[in-house]
Amino acid sequence: MKSKGFVKHYVLMLLPGYAWVIVFCVIPMFGIAIAFQDFNPVRGILGSKWSGLDTFEYMFQLDDTKTIFVNTLFIACMKIVGNLIVPLTFALMLNELRITILKRSIQTIVYLPHFLSWVILGGIVLDLFSYTGPVNQLLALFGAEPAVFFAKAPLFPYLVVGSDIWKDFGFNTIIYLAAMTGINPALYEAHAIDGGGRIKALWHITLPGIRTTVALLAVLSLGNVLNAGFDQIFNLYNPLVYSTGDIIDTWVYRAGLLDLQYELATAVGLLKSVIGLILISISYVLAYRFTNYRIF
Amino acid sequence: MVKDMTIGSRLFNIVLIVILLGITLTCILPIWYTLALSLSSKAAAAGGLVWLWPVGFNLNSYRELLSDTQFFHSFWISVQRVAIGLVLNFFVVALMAYPLSRSTREFPQRNALMWILVFTMLFNGGLIPLYLTVKALGMINSIWALVLVAGATHGLVFNVILTVNFFRNLPKELEEAALVDGAGPWIMLTRVFIPLSVPVLATVSLFNIVMHWNEFLYGLIFMTREEFYPLQTYIQQLVVVFNPNILDEEQMKMMASLSNRTLNAAKVFIAMIPILAVYPFLQRYFIHGITLGSVKE
Repeated sequence: MKSKGFVKHYVLMLLPGYAWVIVFCVIPMFGIAIAFQDFNPVRGILGSKWSGLDTFEYMFQLDDTKTIFVNTLFIACMKIVGNLIVPLTFALMLNELRITILKRSIQTIVYLPHFLSWVILGGIVLDLFSYTGPVNQLLALFGAEPAVFFAKAPLFPYLVVGSDIWKDFGFNTIIYLAAMTGINPALYEAHAIDGGGRIKALWHITLPGIRTTVALLAVLSLGNVLNAGFDQIFNLYNPLVYSTGDIIDTWVYRAGLLDLQYELATAVGLLKSVIGLILISISYVLAYRFTNYRIF
Repeated sequence: MVKDMTIGSRLFNIVLIVILLGITLTCILPIWYTLALSLSSKAAAAGGLVWLWPVGFNLNSYRELLSDTQFFHSFWISVQRVAIGLVLNFFVVALMAYPLSRSTREFPQRNALMWILVFTMLFNGGLIPLYLTVKALGMINSIWALVLVAGATHGLVFNVILTVNFFRNLPKELEEAALVDGAGPWIMLTRVFIPLSVPVLATVSLFNIVMHWNEFLYGLIFMTREEFYPLQTYIQQLVVVFNPNILDEEQMKMMASLSNRTLNAAKVFIAMIPILAVYPFLQRYFIHGITLGSVKE
């Protein structure tokens, strides 16, 4: 092969990208040291005193820590399940639609919310559910008292999960639909000749045909157990719903950047990152084992 | 395709279409409602009289918006951010993906380098160390904090992996032919790989545009003054933080009449327009891109 002398060019090509990644992704990793320090922002990481595991001890005594971990797990798990089932159901229904133009139009529209930010959608959702908003107007037709939905702590996690599923279900159907186009049409024809109905075809051909894709997505979603969605909750929550809606990421933001508890916020962030890394590694191993999936 | 037109099948189709259209409407109606609200009179909006058609149609909220110079300033910051971020991302992704798509025989360090990248995608220092790094670099209140930090932390590595996978699936024969013709790595990248990779590079670029346009947190933490906020951060501060929902129900009832729902709706709607504008173009590529990243051999 002629390409032997190419390596130095390869290194040159990689230089800008790696410099970029190292400065903004790798260097901050050393900042984790703050969690083990009595951090003094003026002296910096190199000048601050080490405090061992004090911050972690303090962290485990805090009631907040338990609350945010429980909230995060609860919201994230509901989102994982919902974001698997709802898009799958929708994709199955859409796949049964035989009118191509209608199918295309529906697909185009349902992808849209995915591309709008939670700042925009947060503004819209809060307005829809506000005291004089359409949801309350609608419920008033059935004689319900108006309510401020996003001020009710018990309701908050469900509103978060529901709006999250609503935002992304369309986009998440793409993968299922792609997997469905990969099923051999001869199977459906054989099924029809044997006198099988459409519901049966769905159950015995379509679903088994995309089993691998569903399994893969389920396994990979394991890595998200501690990601309940910062952007969304940050734009929807308020102090009245902290008890049920505050998650690790939003708490770290408030504790670290608003209350300037650098050590504590870094320690909680670190705990989250470590657990996340372990879970993602497990999910990648499982995905490779069962579906032969590889990242690169 | 199987065609059967029994009564059961027809009923099935009708029920299916009704359900699908119902669900589809939920994706478009909130946006439509926001537009209607922005075009309504303040009184109608505050009284909750607006449904899907403007009540007391007027353009006052848009007129009012014109006097909000910060809105347009922030809009411009977001445009700059997207433009710089797009160019930077395009070059860096293409440059990184080519060497990393080589086999270990051609580029022995390839796997180790790839794992370093993947590790940064799976593990990070967290918000506080990132903030302190950016501060130490003197990038507070600089647009570079927005372009470079979001560019590196939101999807750069993922985009590189997506592109690497695409490059690896291109026919080997083209590459060999170019080699025989004496092409070096730079010619190979610019004349063979990039032209053949338009679908994936377009997908990656469009994801990047959407990310930079939508990102608000870095604007919030790295910009200490409103005049440096990108649009989403500016709107976040206005519409969401000061939303009457942060009050309890009693205060809420008082605030409902005071809050400027029509102006907020106008801002939200204007901020959506760039996404709505690139959306048709997005459509063409991203389906290909997303299936590329998830379902592969």
